[in-house]
Order: sequence, then structure tokens, then C-alpha cells
Amino acid sequence: MSVAAPILAVKGVTRRFGGLIAVNDVSFTVAEKQILSVIGPNGAGKSTLFKLIASFLKPTSGEVLFNGARISGLSPHIAARKGVVRTFQETTVFKAMTVRENIVIAHHLRSRAGLAGFYFGSANARADEAGFGRSADEIIDFLGLSEQRHKLASSLPHGHLRALGIGIGLATDPKLLLLDEPFAGMNHDETAKAVEMVRGVRGRGVTVVLVEHDMPAVMKISDRVVVLNFGQKIAEGTPAEIQRNDKVIEAYLGSEDAAIGL
Amino acid sequence: MSQLQNLRLARASVFLLIVFVIVPWAIAAGGRNDLYYTLTSVALLSIASAGVWLTFYIGRINIGQGAYALMGGYVSAILVVQYGVSFWLTLPLAGLFCAAISVLIGLPILRLRGVYFAMVTLVLTEVTRLSALALPITNGAKGMVSIPLPGPIGFGGFDLVPGFATLKTPNMAFYYLSMLLMCLCFAAMYRLVHSRIGRLCQSLQQNEELASSIGVNITLLRIIAYAISSFLGGLSGAIFVGIAQSIYPSSFTVNDSVNFMLNCFLGGLGYVFGPILGTFVLYFGWDLLFQAGPYQLLIFSSLLILFMLVLPNGLLSLNPFARRKA
Repeated sequence: MSVAAPILAVKGVTRRFGGLIAVNDVSFTVAEKQILSVIGPNGAGKSTLFKLIASFLKPTSGEVLFNGARISGLSPHIAARKGVVRTFQETTVFKAMTVRENIVIAHHLRSRAGLAGFYFGSANARADEAGFGRSADEIIDFLGLSEQRHKLASSLPHGHLRALGIGIGLATDPKLLLLDEPFAGMNHDETAKAVEMVRGVRGRGVTVVLVEHDMPAVMKISDRVVVLNFGQKIAEGTPAEIQRNDKVIEAYLGSEDAAIGL
Repeated sequence: MSQLQNLRLARASVFLLIVFVIVPWAIAAGGRNDLYYTLTSVALLSIASAGVWLTFYIGRINIGQGAYALMGGYVSAILVVQYGVSFWLTLPLAGLFCAAISVLIGLPILRLRGVYFAMVTLVLTEVTRLSALALPITNGAKGMVSIPLPGPIGFGGFDLVPGFATLKTPNMAFYYLSMLLMCLCFAAMYRLVHSRIGRLCQSLQQNEELASSIGVNITLLRIIAYAISSFLGGLSGAIFVGIAQSIYPSSFTVNDSVNFMLNCFLGGLGYVFGPILGTFVLYFGWDLLFQAGPYQLLIFSSLLILFMLVLPNGLLSLNPFARRKA
């Protein structure tokens, strides 16, 4: 375990759906500015675990601690306020807004003005707007979306949408960003770019937890990897350790034996 | 930017000039005092429709505005008749009553989306009508009649607004009142939609999960929008009762709820001022088709269906200068 105090601690988290135990007594920690990936075969409970960390689901038992304080069971927008922000699988963006509008609105958490301030256009609200615009432009440049700035989100190709999704997450100024399959459906070049982008996100001081299928990308990018199978954690370690782990190889054998990059 | 502002200011001035000077002048010249009543109805219906429009703006199909218009009407009637409260005071009270009720109703039902929310609100209109029939305070099916006209507003013997009963043409007074409220209501809505609250509403409309993940308190925002919507419904219902001087459980029915929604569709869900145009066209369109006799409803509904196929974004989408906000 790393020296720094963990920013995220998942402690004995279990989630049942009726008779099905989707996530069973899973524990692990994430240190600040690490990139941790959660992998596992289909149906292993990755997505459920992801939602549990993002407070989109409540655990049946166990808890999730962020900087030592419990966040499991809170509303998603409260968790987001504390700095735990998720992105979505596929292409969840505000489709009828432009790229820039998407990222500006995602700054909502940073606003100092309240609803009344927005309505009457108080000095704070106007200062917010100006600041959000500048920050949005910076994020757009960081993500390489400068040429798409004023395009409607619904007109963007897949890869750019994924980048926009990350941009929306970044705009909230998160301490911990949860990425839901950031490399899914991407070709080799797109994945390489996206890997660089996620490294860049960490470079901005953000801790990253991602759920992913793309094993080569996971092995390339992660500081640590947690492997789930049938809802249970079967392994945890550095990418090199995971690649040698017998349980992991067994879990993937038969179906995707080449998938972990052996 | 300032050129755009000037253009907007000019348009608003022209609209106000037409509504408050030209129309009353034309009506006086033509001797068509009945038009006051018609235009007053359009103004009040468009206020209620503005509320429905706002719920559309957060992504909810609201077919329950009739319920709040009816509630607002009863609140005003009961306060005036049984407690001797001034009509003017009952206007905000009716609105606030409806807003409060809508918070209680909205907390559970605003979680529903799409057709489920629509169905519950549709039922709400019917439930309100049945409650009005059943409750002792509303006087059941006999309704409440002979409600006095609005009294004067003034201080120390000086009447700022004269009592409507002393006027030769209370219709004209109601026209000015309703048009004034309509202008205020839509000015406030315009500001709302063009402030960041409008953007937040759009984020809600487009994707609630994503909105909550960026820290938007979606429950609070939904409740606020629904409460404003119901406030406007109650306000318009209360003034209708003041004009008709009576209210019955059937004063606002499911039909009215559907019409409020159609007004929004017709004008355009993406445009703040859509409900005004939609209400105007729908109200006068229906009246014009009166000559078609038994075929009135058939032609009317066929035209509406055709219209939705050809112009799904509403009448205002024909205006190349209108700014679309959705």
C-alpha cells in the first residue's frame, strides 16, 4: 500500500438486487493522484461498484469513505459537491447544447451565486459566468476540442463525445473522477489519445478510478488494478502483478484468454 | 450586442403599444366591447399555459394545469365570499396556495418521467374536480355564484384603482388587468429562461442523471419549476372567477388541461413567448371554426394533427428571428 493516506476507501461494500449479490464484500483503497482501474469479466459487478462509489446506488451493507467521510448513501449531487464526480458510459452529454455550453454549465458546482443571484444577474453571478467561460475554454483546449467549440454536441463523432464527457467531469473541479469505460468502442489510435488524456487529467491533480474492458489500455495506464469476478474482489495489485495472477488468468480463461494482454 | 438589445426593446415597446393603446382604441372605434372578454381570456389562458411551458422546459409533460386553475379559483371565491377578503389580496394567496399544494404533490410525482408523469397530472385535474364536488366548503355541484366584482385599491379615501362594480365597462378593466399580468408574467419568464436557471432547466430536460452528476440539485429545481407553474395556474384561475363572478367544479376540466398543453405545443416548446401565440391562435381558431357546425371538432383536431406533423417545433419556428431556447 502506498504511503499517502487514501483519498477513497471502499469498505466491505455489498449490494444485493433481490436474490442476486452484484457486489459482495469488496474493499480497497485509492491513494491521492493514483489511477486505479476496476476490471473483470462481463457481469462481474463492475458497473454496480462504480455506481456505489459515485453515490448513484446505496450499498446494502458496507460504506464508501472519501477523505475519511462517508459518502455512500448521499444524493449524487451532494457527492459531486464533495468532489466525487462520475462520467457516463456511452455518450451522455447535453446533446442540444454546444461543446462550450456543455462545459460551462458543468461549472455549476463552482458558482458562488445562488438561484436568486442567477435570476437577477448579481455581481457574483456575472463574475461566475465570466470565470466559467475562461475555464471552459481552457478545458476545451486541454481536451483538443478547440475546433468543435461551437458545434452542437449531437453532431460530434464518438471519440469527441467521450472527450466532452471527460471535460464535463473536469469542469466540476473534482478531486476524484470516476470514468465509466472511457476507452470502449475506440480504435487503437483513439485509445492511445484517450490514455494520454486520462494521464493528463491525473496531471491536473485529479485522482482517477476507471472501470474498463480494454485490457491493454488498463495495463498501460493504471497504477493499481482491482479485479472483480462474480461480485467478489479476486485480486488487487500493480498491472504486472495482475498479469501474473493465477486467479485472474483463470477468471478470464476460455472466454477472453488473450484479453489481459498475455 | 447592444443592437440586439435595442431590437428587443423596440419589439417589446411595439407589443405593449398594440396591447394597451391600439387594441382598446380599435375596440372603441369598432364598438366591439365583447372582444375585451375574448382577449382577456387569451391573456389569462396564456398565463396558465406559461406555467405548463415551464414544466415542459424541465422535461415534464404537464396535463394538470386545470387542477391548479380550479384550486386557485376556489381559493379566491371562498376567501372573497366567506371571509370578506379583498379580491386583490386573493390573487397572490390563490397562487401561493397552489404553489404550496404543488410542492406536496410534486415531491412524489416529479420523480416520474414521460408518459407516467403526464398520466398522473391528467388524473390530478379529475381528482380536483371531484374534490370540489365533494367538499362542503366548495358548495358542491351548485358551485359558488354572485361573487362580488373586485373592490377598489386605494389609501385614505383615494382610489388608485376604482371598484370594478362602479365602472361602466368592467370588461375593459379586466382586459387591462389581465394584459398587465400577462406582460409581467412573460417578462419574468423571459428573464428566468435567459438566466443560468434556464440553462439548468435545459440540462434537466436533456439528461437528469448527468445534471445531478455535475452537482445540480435536480429535485429542488423540479419542485421550483412546478411550483412556479402552479402559481401561474392558480393566479389565472382566480382572475377568471373574478370575471365570471361564479365558479363550479366543472369550470376547469381535463379539456382545459389538455388545451393548456396544446397552447404550448402550438406556439413552440422552445420559445418563451410560444404560449401567448399558441393560446391566441388556438382560441380564435376554435371560434372561427364555429361556422363549421358539427364538423368543428373534426376539422379542428385534424388541423392540429397536421400542424404537429408539419411544424413540430411550433408556430414560432417559422420566425427566422426568434431565438430558440431548447
